[in-house]
Amino acid sequence: MTAATSTSVSLAVRDVHLAFGPNRVLRGADLDVVRGGTACVIGPSGSGKSTLLRTINRLIEPDRGDVLLDGRSVLADDPDALRQRIGMVFQQFNLFPHMSVLRNVTLALRRIRKLPEEEAVAIARAQLELVGLAAKADARPGHLSGGQQQRVAIARALALQPQVMLFDEATSALDPELVKGVLGVMADLASGGMTMVVVTHEMGFAREVADTVAFMDHGVVLEAGEPAAVFEAAEHPRLRRFLAQVL
Amino acid sequence: MDPLRTLWETFFDWDSMREALPEMLTIGLPNTLLLAVSAALLGSVLGMLLAVAGISRTRWLRWPARVYTDVFRGLPAAATILLIGVGLAPLGMQVWGPNPYPLGILALSLIAAAYIGEIFRSGIQSVEATQLEGARALGFSWAEAMRVVIIPQGVRRVLPAWVNQLIALIKDSSLVYFLGLVASQRELFRIGQDYAATTGNESALLLAGLFYLALTVPLTHVVNAIDARLRHGRPAAQPTDEIDDADLALPGAAGGSGR
Repeated sequence: MTAATSTSVSLAVRDVHLAFGPNRVLRGADLDVVRGGTACVIGPSGSGKSTLLRTINRLIEPDRGDVLLDGRSVLADDPDALRQRIGMVFQQFNLFPHMSVLRNVTLALRRIRKLPEEEAVAIARAQLELVGLAAKADARPGHLSGGQQQRVAIARALALQPQVMLFDEATSALDPELVKGVLGVMADLASGGMTMVVVTHEMGFAREVADTVAFMDHGVVLEAGEPAAVFEAAEHPRLRRFLAQVL
Repeated sequence: MDPLRTLWETFFDWDSMREALPEMLTIGLPNTLLLAVSAALLGSVLGMLLAVAGISRTRWLRWPARVYTDVFRGLPAAATILLIGVGLAPLGMQVWGPNPYPLGILALSLIAAAYIGEIFRSGIQSVEATQLEGARALGFSWAEAMRVVIIPQGVRRVLPAWVNQLIALIKDSSLVYFLGLVASQRELFRIGQDYAATTGNESALLLAGLFYLALTVPLTHVVNAIDARLRHGRPAAQPTDEIDDADLALPGAAGGSGR
């Protein structure tokens, strides 16, 4: 799994604020991911993790603050073009149920990248091969298990050769026995040098794969550091309380 | 006289039917199809525009769509056909000449669009927001995401309701006779009515009814078959019942889940 290693970028989130009406979801969140690094974002539900992720590729526009790729603000870019450089994988997979697996992966290549059909299919088959699902190319997503669907979703995002991958609780909707396969794909991707931000409840994954673990609570990153520091020597009492609950 | 016998002779007189059949086939059926198919196409296109305008964030699109729908859905079809067909007749005369079909088709389309717009809108709005998010995350613009991902799914969900509307349209096409038709412009119902009026026997009208059934019943089944096929993919698609992740042979699944 060596997708896009050479084009990886560093990622920085700076003082991002966002409110939905009176509900202040992000209150000055900061996050740093080195080039080719993996940041795992942990924290209680409602802490703003998923929203933070969506401000990075501007599915949600922040009220204030900035997101930098290799030091350059993404807010000046065309959001549609930006999202082709930032792959995203969702909790509910968000595959298109009315298309075959292969079509799901080729769609953006054909419609946005304007690649010829054969080229798009070749790229898609190669990506599906990497996630172990080449044999399912002609199936509809609904005929696949959750784990298989999520691996298709990863292949779909990787087909566009993104510089950054975002994972929003990618294994939370999966049956326990299917989690491992998806995490395996993600770990391979991380070790292949992809810059990744992973919102997760999988503490084992965060401990083993992440370069940085960031703990979010009430819309801010309260504490961030190497996994060992965060898990063994948490400073903030709220983080210690959270870890006591989940570990 | 035996009432059952009267009923039989009034509606099931084979000779009357046989007499009306040639004109039904050569004049009535083609004309009904022309009216219904044209109005179905135009009405569906206009309905889709209304549906998209109806969910627009711009109130300048949303409001007109709303008002249009309320008006054209609320008026009796006959009134709309008369309003359009008679009201625009001077204009139509300049463009198409005395043929009442263009304005009749337009009126039928405008009525159908109001209903079809609501059908499509409900289908589109039933597609989960996560689908739009998934498409946007791949770099699709809102319009492209709607066109490629959301609308195809939404329309498939409301195919049965859409067919209902097409059936209503086939039947409503008989109302263009309000606009005055010459002999060769008559559609199925009008021909049946003419025979009934001249012979005093209603059998030709029953025959017209059978023609309507012959159009509407197969339509339902054809669309149901298309619906089933879209839902489950092509019949040729390989069976994919076996759901297993065991075939996963990923080198070094180092992820080591925490569970």
